Amino acid sequence: MNKIVFKEFLSENVARIVVDAPEIAKSRKPGHFVIIKIGKKGERIPLTIADADEKAGTITLIVQKVGVTSAKLIALNVGDEITDLSGPLGKATDIKKIGTILCAGGGVGVAPLFPIVQGFKLAGNRVITVLAARNKDLIILEDEMKKYSDELIIMTDDGSSGKKGLVTAGMEEVIQREKVDEAIVIGPAIMMKYGALTTKKYDIPTQASLNTIMVDGTGMCGACRVTVGGETKFVCIDGPEFDAHKVDFDQMMKRLGAYRQEEVEAYENYLNS
Amino acid sequence: MKNIADYLKEERKQEWRAELRKKVKAKERTSRERTQMPEFDPEERSHNYEEVNLGFDEEQALFEATRCLDCPDPTCISGCPVGINIPKFIKKIEANDYLGAAGVLKETNALPAVCGRVCPQEKQCELNCFYTIKLHKPAIPIGSLERFAADYERNSGQVAIPEVAESNGIKVAIVGSGPSGLSAAGDLAKMGYDVTVFEALHEIGGVLKYGIPEFRLPNEIVDVEIEVMRKMGVKFRTNFIVGRTASFDQLRAEGFQAFFIGSGAGLPKFMNIPGENFNGIMSANEYLTRVNLMHAAHEDYDTPVLFGKNVAIIGGGNTAMDSVRTAKRLGAERAMIIYRRSREEMPARVEEVHHALAEGIEFLNLNNPIEYFADENGRVNKMRLQKMELGEPDASGRRRPVPIVGSEYDVDVELVIVAVGTSPNPLLAQVMPEIEVTSWGTFKVNKETMQTSVPDIFAGGDIVRGGATVILAMGDGRKAAVGIDQYIKEKVKK
Ligand SMILES: Cc1cc2nc3c(=O)[nH]c(=O)nc-3n(C[C@H](O)[C@H](O)[C@H](O)COP(=O)(O)OP(=O)(O)OC[C@H]3O[C@@H](n4cnc5c(N)ncnc54)[C@H](O)[C@@H]3O)c2cc1C
Ligand SMILES: Cc1cc2nc3c(=O)[nH]c(=O)nc-3n(C[C@H](O)[C@H](O)[C@H](O)COP(=O)(O)OP(=O)(O)OC[C@H]3O[C@@H](n4cnc5c(N)ncnc54)[C@H](O)[C@@H]3O)c2cc1C
Ligand code: SF4
Ligand code: SF4
Ligand code: FES
Repeated sequence: MNKIVFKEFLSENVARIVVDAPEIAKSRKPGHFVIIKIGKKGERIPLTIADADEKAGTITLIVQKVGVTSAKLIALNVGDEITDLSGPLGKATDIKKIGTILCAGGGVGVAPLFPIVQGFKLAGNRVITVLAARNKDLIILEDEMKKYSDELIIMTDDGSSGKKGLVTAGMEEVIQREKVDEAIVIGPAIMMKYGALTTKKYDIPTQASLNTIMVDGTGMCGACRVTVGGETKFVCIDGPEFDAHKVDFDQMMKRLGAYRQEEVEAYENYLNS
Repeated sequence: MKNIADYLKEERKQEWRAELRKKVKAKERTSRERTQMPEFDPEERSHNYEEVNLGFDEEQALFEATRCLDCPDPTCISGCPVGINIPKFIKKIEANDYLGAAGVLKETNALPAVCGRVCPQEKQCELNCFYTIKLHKPAIPIGSLERFAADYERNSGQVAIPEVAESNGIKVAIVGSGPSGLSAAGDLAKMGYDVTVFEALHEIGGVLKYGIPEFRLPNEIVDVEIEVMRKMGVKFRTNFIVGRTASFDQLRAEGFQAFFIGSGAGLPKFMNIPGENFNGIMSANEYLTRVNLMHAAHEDYDTPVLFGKNVAIIGGGNTAMDSVRTAKRLGAERAMIIYRRSREEMPARVEEVHHALAEGIEFLNLNNPIEYFADENGRVNKMRLQKMELGEPDASGRRRPVPIVGSEYDVDVELVIVAVGTSPNPLLAQVMPEIEVTSWGTFKVNKETMQTSVPDIFAGGDIVRGGATVILAMGDGRKAAVGIDQYIKEKVKK
């Protein structure tokens, strides 16, 4: 049981939740995630540790409502408990001083991107961050990102904030302007696919953090498997970060839809309950 | 310590046993036919999750206990990895002292209700029974009698809590709550250690909970045994991944003097054939975890599971049998075992194969999948099988399956469960490179003490053996408990 000590909405469907978890706060590194489960009958879902405060013994989760479990989580309030929370899982991001890093995040991918931006900045890199969303209201963590980025570029589909256009347009702008040593893209699978295609054109080494379906998160079930460079990999133990130029994103997108029908039905039942 | 053979002789000499032996002539004992384990009707049970084996009633247990000859040289014991004093517990049953029988079991086996249900008895104790070896008759049903005594005790509401030595305050950590970890924990608690079991998942029990289905091993039975351990003072921490949530060094700093790792063989193997990552193709671990641990087939639980009219399970072990029988219970019209060798070579418990056949499972032996096909949404809809024949024996002594070229044919499937084995759980090896491993990735240990190359870390069960059985894992746990005790005593001396 882990108590929620703080909660706020970053946009209509995205909440920042700070949870009591002293051991994880101490052990976690950027790139790590946790698995949570709500209630006896809940399912296990993975969420990135967006931030941690070792002294206070808390970790921060940023959650977007997409289905039953994420909806249940953001409906919890300060003082409520998350029934099960385990971690930190996954391999930590390999953070070192490289030079100029281009960080691109879309949708709720911005949450897992934050600790990476922070980590690279603190390691002495020049960090340029591109955040993308459909409109102004869906942009999250703008101030936090600004704090740890040498430059922050906002892209929206409708131009209601920053520039009008897709995340890839923002990335291209930077790449054409200056030398980028490494790129990181995190967001919906389709965004990562095109982000990776963009950097590939310029031969920039690129990492993507994959958000596949998971059950245990400890390498026991294989639900999270993806094809990377023709080989099957388990995202929870071999990742979540992989060489974006080698990931089979088309297969990953199909696999994300494996339970779509069941999930839609479950969500309708939840709304009616 | 006294020599085991002498101990067994002394026990056998006791008056109550001598008298029982006299009561019924050996000839009469051996003339009886072995009782069939009563089971739930196959047609009915293949649609529900009730336990298949119903267990002996008192009369049947007494009858079977009387068949046992209380042999002067009880060869059965040598077949039991934890050396249960088999004639003694069986004779306690014959003497109507069922609680006493349970007590004998608990001397060496922390989970008798579990082992009585899931041990491959026909390859262990029963294989070495006098009836099997000398009389060439069906063995004493040792496992079923074990289950009877353990169930009797549980249902009596008088579950005995093993005696625990006075606390010595020394902290020992157990990593993983499968059978090896639980048995190590139980023995160390008896010796007076302050034991904490750390489990990565949200439930205690390892494979007993997430793998073996309720129709073979109801979760409630595992929970009762865990309750006993709690009463013995064992502490449990779920959602705690040793090496991640806290490192070994952190735990050492918190005062843990030794560790037992029973982290199991978690990582599922796939065959790496075309199309294997299509939706609707998953490992047996995933399928069984969704159904057993997450209760996905129950409407009011959130975790989903996929269903299919035509379900194929690849493999021939216990995991494959559990998966195929689960698929049948979840509504499959055609539930198939695809196995590349013949029925004789199947590693599953014989009883499970019989149960599966009775429940209408189809066996496609000497068949192997070579490719999968999918619909436009990426969901599997067809598999290509190749027929096999048996060639020369391979390293395992089993005849090697050889593909028959040109024999390929297609079968419709909506769900495929891959049950072709597992590799050691990789999580710990990632964080503890100091622990020496074999080329298979299993931990190297000293066979006597179960100590790894890191002095304060001991290991046992599937992480050492690759894949084994519940009772072998428990045997390792007991050995390691002794090893840890010796290690700590040495350390304290210094
Ligand atoms: C390593 C990792 C880190 C993650 N970090 C975060 C995070 O920090 N914040 C966050 O909000 N989410 C994160 N996710 C995604 C999150 O786990 C899913 O959104 C969540 O499992 C959805 O559960 P649900 O029950 O609410 O929705 P479901 O009912 O399971 O799904 C609803 C809809 O979302 C789609 N969907 C299901 N799973 C995913 C997924 N993994 N990614 C994208 N779409 C999915 C389904 O196709 C379905 O249409 C992460 C995933 C991984 C693997
Ligand atoms: C479906 C199935 C059916 C089977 N049927 C039979 C049968 O009929 N008869 C039989 O004798 N055997 C059977 N077996 C085999 C038997 O279950 C195993 O040999 C036995 O469970 C191994 O026990 P173990 O203690 O090594 O580990 P496991 O039971 O595998 O448990 C390991 C536990 O450790 C946890 N863990 C791993 N890493 C960590 C960590 N870092 N920190 C904390 N916890 C961790 C895991 O989550 C898991 O709960 C079956 C196996 C399966 C999968
Ligand atoms: S524990 Fe297993 S091998 Fe030992 S006596 Fe019982 S059933 Fe037989
Ligand atoms: S060998 Fe068979 S008959 Fe003899 S004591 Fe053991 S169980 Fe009884
Ligand atoms: S989530 Fe089960 S293996 Fe990765």
